[in-house]
Amino acid sequence: MYTQALNSSDGDERHVEDAERAAQFQARIDADERIEPNDWMPAAYRKTLTRQISQHAHSEIVGMLPEGNWITRAPSLRRKAALLAKVQDECGHGLYLYAAAETLGTSREELVDLMLAGKAKYSSIFNYPTLTWADIGTIGWLVDGAAIMNQIPLCRCSYGPYARAMIRVCKEESFHQRQGFEIMVTLCRGTEEQKAMAQDALNRWWWPVLMMFGPPDQASQHSDTSTKWKIKRFSNDELRQKFVDATVPQAQFLGLSIPDPGMKQNEAGNWEYSAIDWDEFKQVLAGNGPCNRDRLAARRKAHDDGAWVRDAALAYAEKRRQRATLQAAE
Amino acid sequence: MATPNIPLWEVFIRSRNGLAHKHVGSLHATDATLALQAARDIYTRRGEGISIWVVPSNAITASDPSEKGMMFEPAESKIYRHPTFYDVPDEVGHM
Ligand SMILES: [Fe+2]
Ligand SMILES: [Fe+2]
Repeated sequence: MYTQALNSSDGDERHVEDAERAAQFQARIDADERIEPNDWMPAAYRKTLTRQISQHAHSEIVGMLPEGNWITRAPSLRRKAALLAKVQDECGHGLYLYAAAETLGTSREELVDLMLAGKAKYSSIFNYPTLTWADIGTIGWLVDGAAIMNQIPLCRCSYGPYARAMIRVCKEESFHQRQGFEIMVTLCRGTEEQKAMAQDALNRWWWPVLMMFGPPDQASQHSDTSTKWKIKRFSNDELRQKFVDATVPQAQFLGLSIPDPGMKQNEAGNWEYSAIDWDEFKQVLAGNGPCNRDRLAARRKAHDDGAWVRDAALAYAEKRRQRATLQAAE
Repeated sequence: MATPNIPLWEVFIRSRNGLAHKHVGSLHATDATLALQAARDIYTRRGEGISIWVVPSNAITASDPSEKGMMFEPAESKIYRHPTFYDVPDEVGHM
């Protein structure tokens, strides 16, 4: 269990690395043992996971913004209730993940401050705008669908707290994808205009969603060690292919066309897609996507607007503590 | 300005099925009342529990994983604590 309050600062002389310990650690990983917070681990394992889990947490939190944009304009009470519940889940996912990241020794407050300072990354997908109601359907269907592909293998990740957080997250994601697909079905069975709206949303989201799986295998920097440490169990391209193969029949069911005219099914039954514009991906990650500035500005504003609440709650707790001490002394 | 640190709590939930409270995760809150409310919002959005405990994380004393061997050795070497250690003649049947 994650028993220390890890955000109370502590002198850190934990990682005295030596080859023997590293070998024992790798042997534990190879034997499919889970690594727990207080276990010895290589500094690089700690660093990799802190980066990955906190980026994942930031993504859940920033990911509330594009969908939050439509809560007040959902077309019915049923849709509004579902969207509200979904966005609330994403907030929960962020919190489970920050808690998992903290067990590695960096406090949530520090991680959040890094994100607000623009020094931490989050998923590129949340830097795209939600222009119509069909975008909400598409996000649930494709963005949550891609997230599920990515997250299911993480339930068996070698780091215990991350794996456990992902199990909770995955249980909740299924509702997200289904409510999105239901929106798409409704639009596609609706008027010509509604169907066109669904197609337009798919056209805009398709390529950014494929980019969610990260750079192609030859170009990805972190994959080798992550695989060795069983943080990653499938490569970016493997997951992307799985996603495409699962999605094509769903698009066919909806009667929508995937905006990739060159796409074809090979003999193995896999759908081969055209080249992805990795330049766009790099630009979005570098902060130059359509909504990067907006997203950070919205997070900063929410954080600043909430400062008085944090201060008041801390002051109140402190006042109660002092009063209790006084009464005990009487 | 850096965000001030808010204390960490461990959350335990008893599910409907009458089992003991089980650790489900942690959260940050300034006091016990807020910790309970946050635990409800974060960990019981789908009827996961009928009772919640929150415990300040720094009130928990944990065994040291590096002393796991020494700590649990006494249990490992005492096979006579298990029912299968004892022979009961077949004629007796299930016991
Ligand atoms: Fe999520
Ligand atoms: Fe989701």
